[in-house]
Amino acid sequence: MRLLNTLHSLTKRGRLAAASLAVTVLLAGCGEPPVQSRAVYMLMDISGTYTQQLDKAEKIMNYLLATLNTGDSLALARIDSASFNEEDIIVQATFDPRPSAANEQKRAFQKQMHDFIASVNGGSAYTDVTGGVIQAVDYLNETEAGEKYLLVFSDLAEELPEGHIRDFPIDVAGIQVVALNVTKLNQDNIDPRDYQHRLDAWQERVQDGGGEWQVLNDLERMDRVIAMN
Amino acid sequence: MFEQLLTVWSDSVAISAAIWLVLLVTVLYLGRQQAHQLFTTLGRAVYSAMRLAAFSVRGLENRLITRNRDVLIAQGRAQAEKTIEREFNRVSTLVERDLGAYPKLHRKIADAIEKIEADYQASTQAAPLPPAWSEVVETIAALPTNGDPAMNKVLNNIKDAIEESHQQTLKAYQKATLERHRHLSTMQPQWRTLQSSMDNVKKTLDGLEERTRTIDGQMQRYESIRKGEDASVNALTSSSITQFLIAGLVLVIATLGGLINFQLIALPMSEMVGATSTIGAMRTSDIAALVIILVEIAMGLFLLESLRITHLFPVIHSMDDRLRRRMIIITLTILTILATIEASLAYMRDLLALDRSALQQSLSGVAVVEAQFRWIPSIGQMVMGFILPFALAFVAIPLESFIHSLRTVMGMVMVGLLRTLRVALRLIGSLGRYACQIVINLYDLVIMVPLGVERLIKARRAEHRPEDDWDDEPALIESKRIRNQSTADV
Repeated sequence: MRLLNTLHSLTKRGRLAAASLAVTVLLAGCGEPPVQSRAVYMLMDISGTYTQQLDKAEKIMNYLLATLNTGDSLALARIDSASFNEEDIIVQATFDPRPSAANEQKRAFQKQMHDFIASVNGGSAYTDVTGGVIQAVDYLNETEAGEKYLLVFSDLAEELPEGHIRDFPIDVAGIQVVALNVTKLNQDNIDPRDYQHRLDAWQERVQDGGGEWQVLNDLERMDRVIAMN
Repeated sequence: MFEQLLTVWSDSVAISAAIWLVLLVTVLYLGRQQAHQLFTTLGRAVYSAMRLAAFSVRGLENRLITRNRDVLIAQGRAQAEKTIEREFNRVSTLVERDLGAYPKLHRKIADAIEKIEADYQASTQAAPLPPAWSEVVETIAALPTNGDPAMNKVLNNIKDAIEESHQQTLKAYQKATLERHRHLSTMQPQWRTLQSSMDNVKKTLDGLEERTRTIDGQMQRYESIRKGEDASVNALTSSSITQFLIAGLVLVIATLGGLINFQLIALPMSEMVGATSTIGAMRTSDIAALVIILVEIAMGLFLLESLRITHLFPVIHSMDDRLRRRMIIITLTILTILATIEASLAYMRDLLALDRSALQQSLSGVAVVEAQFRWIPSIGQMVMGFILPFALAFVAIPLESFIHSLRTVMGMVMVGLLRTLRVALRLIGSLGRYACQIVINLYDLVIMVPLGVERLIKARRAEHRPEDDWDDEPALIESKRIRNQSTADV
């Protein structure tokens, strides 16, 4: 009764305001969930024979460019003999809030990436995956994105130059680390357990560092990692 | 704990349980009267409390029904008054438009009649018929001449004179006849004018008669509503529900239109305010798009209010005409500007979609294809962007109906809820009362063995006792009373 009295006592203007509010809530409810920016850092192995896989890496990057939206960040870096270096970041961009400007940035990004991949000749002597990962973590944390992804496009076989120290825990808290296209090496064919040990060691390292680990060898399933918006 | 209690009398569970049962039955038998009183009182208390609550709810329900009826009658009366007023306005317009020119029409008819009469009078003035000259000529011709030349000459002269006179008379007659015909032919358009004028008068009077009949019907309806007759209230209720459903349906359609509108301008809005900033859980660009849509709806409300199509804002409704006209111009201008903005945003959306599509094609390694007839969706989106704000502006009409009918429908829903509550309360009261009766009967079932023994002892004592020596009469009477009451309650 009190509710009814309240309803009756509402002025016409009050009822109108309530109706407007309801329409707003209804329209707002039909919108998208709260927006979280995303940051993706891709490490690309350019050592030895892995350079033959770079066309796949380009496809992945194209997929990411098509998927990421305004406000998201994307970076492409190489894994070479000493990867803990800003100079190894080939191209990086945080997309402009305006969609048209973001599209221009994506075109520029694609061009730079394409030019780099075309220019890769031969490979690095060593493979410093850990150094690249640490560099990536720094970049991803700086973006302060809601979702952080580190894509490692490598066979995960680490070979360090003499004197480089990498056998320490890495802090990848809040980062989803995805190993892409982890190819089998010749020695893996001799003893397949090596391959599994390599994957297990990286998984343990990432999970101990507070990150999430995932392996994706079928690149057609990239949408499982980053959903298309 | 339970097992310990169970085996407190004996190690054998069965024996111990039997002892417990005996003890329990004994205790229950000893406390039978008190237990019966407790359950009976409890049942009555629940029943009375629920009945009282149901009675209160009934009072509330009646008050609400009366209030709903008053509201409905007041709304119906206002509506009927408006309808009657409109009908009177129509009659007034009809009278002003058609019967206002009646004196002129009357003069026209009178003139036409006068002319017809004058023509008629003129046509009745017949020329004299030529006399029977021929007979005279023949008689003169037949006269014997006797060869007298003078006589012949005289007769011939007479004959010529007579014939000439005859010819002149005949000509005069023919001329007069022609004149009459001319008068009669000039009467024809006057008749037609008269006929047309009379038809117009008839049409006007028929229209008036029809309006009068409508007003009569409306007056009867108004009278019925004023008296608060059930038939009128039922008709108003039914009308209100229909209005509620129809208005609700239109509002749903308008909401869908609003959503389409939102989708049309949300993306290009991000080009203006950026796509990354958020307010709460929503993007600022989405909020900006929503605000534009809501402002359009608000402008639509003000426009229709200023046009006196809706009556949601008494302030606007009571404005003087000059101010109201200004408000119409202002709201219409703002609405048009917003519609133009939306059209341009829709075009921008199309451009962005095109750019995005080109980028996707480029990223997937496909050559960018220039789509044919791309201008068709572009223009379609622009037109939609321009029209939707005006379409949304009309949401004020169903909104007003919805708000007005919501009052009645909410009242009915509340009455329904109160009625359900009342029935539930009565049901709970009755169930509580009968549940207590069932508990009393179950109680007696548990202690049926000692009760049976008691009955046997009492029966035997009654057999051996003299009829006048009934010491235990009060106890028996009490026992009978309790039993009778139990039976009556069941």
